[in-house]
Amino acid sequence: MSDLAAHGAHPPGFAHQFETVAQQREAGQLGMWVFLVTEILFFGGMFTSYIIYRSLHLESFITGSHLLKVQFGATNTAVLIFSSLTMALAIRSAQTGKSKGQTIMWLILTMILGAAFIGIKLRYEWYADYVEGIIPGVNWAYGGAHAPGVKMFMCFYFFMTGLHALHMVVGLGILTVLVIMTARNRFSSEYYSPLEISGLYWHFVDIVWIFLFPLLYLIGGRYPGS
Amino acid sequence: MSTAIADLHDSSAESGVNYLNANYGIKSWLLTFDHKRIGLLYLVSITIMFIVGGMAAVLMRLHLVEPQGALFEPETYNKLFSTHGIIMVFFFLVPSIPATLGNFLIPLMIGARDVAFPKLNLLSWYIFITGAALALYATLSGGVDTGWTFYPPYSAAYSHTNVTIVALGVFIAGFSSILTGLNFIVTIHKMRAPGMTWFRLPLFIWAMYATSLIFVLGTPVIAITLFLLGLERILHVGIFDPAVGGDPLLFQHLFWFYSHPAVYIMILPGMGVMSEIITCFSRKRVFGYEFVALASIAIAVLGFLVWAHHMFVAGMSIYAGLVFSVLSFLVAIPSAVKVFNWTATLYKGSISYEAPMLYALGFIGLFTIGGLTGLFLASLATDVHLNGTYFIVAHFHYVMVGGAVMAFMGGIHFWWPKITGRLYPDYWARIAAAIVFVGFNLTFFPQFILGYAGMPRRYAIYPAEFQVLNVMSSAGASILGVGYLIPLIYLTWSMRYGKPAGRNPWGAKGLEWTTLSPPPTENFEEIPIVTEDAYEYPVAGGNRV
Repeated sequence: MSDLAAHGAHPPGFAHQFETVAQQREAGQLGMWVFLVTEILFFGGMFTSYIIYRSLHLESFITGSHLLKVQFGATNTAVLIFSSLTMALAIRSAQTGKSKGQTIMWLILTMILGAAFIGIKLRYEWYADYVEGIIPGVNWAYGGAHAPGVKMFMCFYFFMTGLHALHMVVGLGILTVLVIMTARNRFSSEYYSPLEISGLYWHFVDIVWIFLFPLLYLIGGRYPGS
Repeated sequence: MSTAIADLHDSSAESGVNYLNANYGIKSWLLTFDHKRIGLLYLVSITIMFIVGGMAAVLMRLHLVEPQGALFEPETYNKLFSTHGIIMVFFFLVPSIPATLGNFLIPLMIGARDVAFPKLNLLSWYIFITGAALALYATLSGGVDTGWTFYPPYSAAYSHTNVTIVALGVFIAGFSSILTGLNFIVTIHKMRAPGMTWFRLPLFIWAMYATSLIFVLGTPVIAITLFLLGLERILHVGIFDPAVGGDPLLFQHLFWFYSHPAVYIMILPGMGVMSEIITCFSRKRVFGYEFVALASIAIAVLGFLVWAHHMFVAGMSIYAGLVFSVLSFLVAIPSAVKVFNWTATLYKGSISYEAPMLYALGFIGLFTIGGLTGLFLASLATDVHLNGTYFIVAHFHYVMVGGAVMAFMGGIHFWWPKITGRLYPDYWARIAAAIVFVGFNLTFFPQFILGYAGMPRRYAIYPAEFQVLNVMSSAGASILGVGYLIPLIYLTWSMRYGKPAGRNPWGAKGLEWTTLSPPPTENFEEIPIVTEDAYEYPVAGGNRV
């Protein structure tokens, strides 16, 4: 720490344990990639369970899937993909040294899209599910075919989308911090790794949804004749 | 590994400022980002957990002195062995060497000022003690009786004990492992000093790297599994309940997908410690360095492919059983590579028998017994006979206690002078090591015979014919307890009254021995430049330093 001066002028985010800015950036990136690996395994346990139960109770899972509101799931897929674009543009804007106003605009747009995703999910999906009585353990009044298996499917639906939504909320928190850091001029075209590694996280959460959407909403064919 | 740090002597050596006396007060410890202080925070926490888990074991062994059970109701006994298992596995063995010695030594050994993410490191400790506090609370407020494995449907539907709280505690502590593993991986990749190439790394670092891989890849799976179990208990939705289409075997698969590799989380760091101690007290470079290094990685990888050998009699497909049996045998290869290479290191070495070396030699013998009996259990036919008996208990205690705890004790004794800057009384340390060795064998060897003769594990009572062996085991446990208490006393004593250790009391190689004892806050005054391979001791028969 004593020889910070020897390192010359460093951007505000430089930490004492590193020798160079490049080393710090690489460490941050590797750290986030390793974290995403743990996330894959975390969701992986759930995907594995889903696959096993789906193969055991395929009919029930199809019946359950048809209870979901596919139009809102599809809308949310589009919303999330678009938010990945705005996140990438926010990083791009910091990287190319654009004005901080522009970076903040893209970040806030990303937050709006993320919040829209959660809003749609809560209002038009989970709330509607609650009214219909298809939330296991909370309000369960389903009386149709394959009741036990459908209940199992709905469990996985809520666990997986709930865990995903939790990651979205964490992502919104991270974005808030990034907006504040940007506003305080913490980033420049030389130093923007917090933006970059948060972007990795945001894209990862999007990709999880890209897998969740077909696995939960699109199984068994929804259209006549398919 | 001599380095270009000759001029590290001695400006701050004279000033006497080190990580322990740089600042004082409880706040300077609880808010520290220094990897060395965080290592000590872990050391205190896991020692407390070890004492709690150990007391549960002592009570169990006391109870089993009589065939009808001397002390407790069967329900209480169930809670005792569950508490013992859960505390010892999740809150002592898993974090033991990585979180204490790993935290303390990794930056020192690779020539870095700290780990890559010091704040994350402190956060890991807070997460750990949160989980540990929950587990302790659950234990004291009624306990848990599922065994450490939490098998449903009992744990999900029938147990009326604090399963949810304990599972939550383990779930939370898991994130501490994940973040520690992440921190170590990035640190070892990105923070090595100039010249510290991968094949110049101390073998302890290779072992910690392999362990970190398992932390990162395995722990999330147990987290999600316990999460599902908790939801199942709270919402009664039937994830693992066969009555509504759930599958209890799925829980076992997910559980062991983490918990078998977790066995290697416990033993790999011990193997790393062994490599350091044996090479130092043989005054010889480790035989076949590259093989020992890569064997750690091989164990980590193979360790992920063998989990279902815990489930041979659980109703799994016999063909899956065959595959898992063969894969389990494969793990013996890298493990044996290590044992053979340590032995070959001893050959024609200039051996001396300081306390850490006594633990190391004990480790080799006990780990070999533990490992070989593992082969009995990896064979399908013998496993059917031995599964669920005391043979299993003896087998994994030879690996976990005879291996991992011996290595932990050896490592603490080896690096204690570096950690505290003080020497402990070697005489008492050797006595304690001998007592531990004797007590351990007396405790657990009779259990092999008990298990082979058919005594099932986890029972509060047993047929009278097994009494002699059970009394031997209980007697051994009390000796073992004494063996663990003595170091607690003289190590604490030495912190104040021990002789100053100097930089390198053992004459060992490695960057950590080139800096002061205790090291300054930033470890090195100048980041060292490494120009040699690890363990370049003078050629055999060379001078004792």
